[in-house]
Amino acid sequence: MSSSRARGERLSSVALHGALVVFGALSLIPLLWMLSASFMATGEASTFPPALLPHHPTLAHYEDLFGRLALGRYALNSAFVAIVTTAGALMINAAAGYAFAKLRFRGRDRTFRVLAAGLAIPVQVAMLPLFLLIKSLGLVNNYGGVIIPGLSSIFGIFLVRQYALAIPDDLLDAARIDGASEFRVFRSIVLPTIRPVLATLALWTFLATWNDFMWPLIVLSDDRKYTLPVALAGLVGEHAQDVELMMAGAVITVLPVLILFLMLQRYFVEGVTEGSVK
Amino acid sequence: MSTPRARFTTRIAPGWWFVAPALLLIVVFFAGPVLAAIGLSFTDFDLYALADPGAARWIGLRNYARVLHEPLFWQALGNTLYFAVVGGPLTIAASLGAALLVNARAVRWKSTARTVFFAPFVTTLVAVAIVWRYLYHPRYGLLNYLLGLLHVAPIDWLGNPHWAMPAIILMATWKNFGYNMLICIAGLQSIPRELYEAAALDGASAWQRFRHVTLPMLAPTLFFVVIVTMIGYLQLFTEPYVMTQGGPLRATTSLVLYMYEEGFRWWRLGVAAAIAFLLFVLIVAFTVVQRWLSPRGMAGA
Repeated sequence: MSSSRARGERLSSVALHGALVVFGALSLIPLLWMLSASFMATGEASTFPPALLPHHPTLAHYEDLFGRLALGRYALNSAFVAIVTTAGALMINAAAGYAFAKLRFRGRDRTFRVLAAGLAIPVQVAMLPLFLLIKSLGLVNNYGGVIIPGLSSIFGIFLVRQYALAIPDDLLDAARIDGASEFRVFRSIVLPTIRPVLATLALWTFLATWNDFMWPLIVLSDDRKYTLPVALAGLVGEHAQDVELMMAGAVITVLPVLILFLMLQRYFVEGVTEGSVK
Repeated sequence: MSTPRARFTTRIAPGWWFVAPALLLIVVFFAGPVLAAIGLSFTDFDLYALADPGAARWIGLRNYARVLHEPLFWQALGNTLYFAVVGGPLTIAASLGAALLVNARAVRWKSTARTVFFAPFVTTLVAVAIVWRYLYHPRYGLLNYLLGLLHVAPIDWLGNPHWAMPAIILMATWKNFGYNMLICIAGLQSIPRELYEAAALDGASAWQRFRHVTLPMLAPTLFFVVIVTMIGYLQLFTEPYVMTQGGPLRATTSLVLYMYEEGFRWWRLGVAAAIAFLLFVLIVAFTVVQRWLSPRGMAGA
C-alpha cells in the first residue's frame, strides 16, 4: 500500500516536472532561436532542416547593424525617451498617488473616482485628437511629443496610492508638528518610505516606454529619430529576407529589457500583483 | 506667519499642488483628446483640414453611417472579436496551467520556472513578432519542422487566411500567459490549506480536488482576468502590423489597425475617430460584462 503510494507520488512528480520542462522550453525556444540565428552566417537560418546552432558563429550582423544601418543611434533614442519618461513619471505620479492616499483636500475622492473610470478608456480613442494637439504644439517628429503624454499615468497613480495608504499618519504628523512643510514631509519622509513601489513604477514605465510601438510610430516621421521598435519594424520591410540580420536587430532590442528584468524581477512581480488587486 | 508663500499655500490645499501636475497632464493629453475624439468623429476632417483646420465641416453621423456600411469594418470587427474571444480564454488556460505547475507542492525550481514563464512578457512586441514571423516560415520555420516530425503537412501559417489569425493568437498566448500566471499564483495561494486537507481526508483524488476545490475558489479571479485580457486583446495592433500587414485577404486586419490606416495612412481623421469610438463602445460593453460577472471585491477599482 505505502510503496504503491510512494510510486504514485514519484510518477506524478515526474509528470509534473516533465510538464514544467515542456512549458519552459516553449517559453524559451523562440528567444534562444533568435539569439542563435543572430550569430549565423547569411542564409544559414533559411535551410531545411532548420539549423539550431550557428556552424561558424559570426558577429557580422551586429557589425552591420551598428555600422551601416546605424542601429546604435536608435538604441540611444530609445534609451533617451525611456529614461526621461521614467524620471518624469516617477515624480509626477508619486506626488499624485501620495496626495490621493494621505492628504485631505476638497473633491479628492470624487476626483479619484473619475480617474478610476478613465482606466477603462482605451488610449487609441485619444490618439487622433492627441496627434492634432501635438501637431499644433509643434511636437510632431519631436521627442517631446512621445514623452509628454506618457508622463502621467492613471495606473502609476493607483500603484503609488495603494502603497502610500499604509504610511502611518503619526509619522507624517510628527514631522508637521516639527514645522516641516508639506513638500519637506513628502521629500524626506514619504519618498524614502515608498521607495519599493517607486522601483516598481520606474521599471514598468521604462519597460512600457521602451517597448511602445504605436505612438512613436505616429509621432516620429524622420527616420533618424525613430525608437528601436519603430526602426526595427521599418528594417523588416526592407530586409525581410535577411533573417540573421533581423534576429540580431531583435536581440539588440530585447536584450536591455530582459537583462533589466532578470536583475530586478522582484519589482516586476510586485507590479503585477499590486495592479491586479487594486 | 504671513509670508506671501504661506498665505498662498493656505488658500489652496497642499493636496491640490501635489496632484496638479498629474491631473493637468491627464486632462490635456488624455481626457481632453477623448472628448475631442467624439467631436472629431462628427466632422469630415481629412488631409486638407490637416493643413487648414477651418476646412473641416460638421457632417453629423455620416462617418458612422459610412463605416457601418463598409464591409472592411465588419471584417475587422469579426477579426478583433475572434482574436479576443479565442485568444483571451486560451491565454488564461495557459496561465492557469503554468500557475498550477509552479504552485504544485512536489515541484522544484519554482522561482526559476516563474522567471522563465514570465520572460516572454517583458520582451519587445515588435522584436518577438519578427522572430515569430520566421518561426512560422512555411519551408524553413521551426514550427513546421517540429510538426513535420509528427507527420503534419507544412502549414502556410501567415500566408493562408484561415491560419493567419490562429498563428497570431498562438504568438500572443506565448507572449502574455506569464503575466496572468502571476495573478493566478496569487489566487491559488489565497485558497485555505484546510479545504485541501478536508478533501484529502474525504478521499478526493487530485483531479477531484482541482475540480471541486481549486476551480470554484479560483473562479472569480479567472473570470476577472479572462475579461481583462480580452479587453486588452481588443486593442490588437502591433502583431498584425509587423507580421501580416493585416493580410492575407484582410484576415488579420484588426479594428485598431483599420483605424490606424484610415487615420494615419489616408489621413481621414473623422472616419478614424468614428472607428475609435465604436471600439470604445465595444470595450465598455466588455467592461460592463466584467463588472456584472465579478463578485464584490473583485470589481477592480
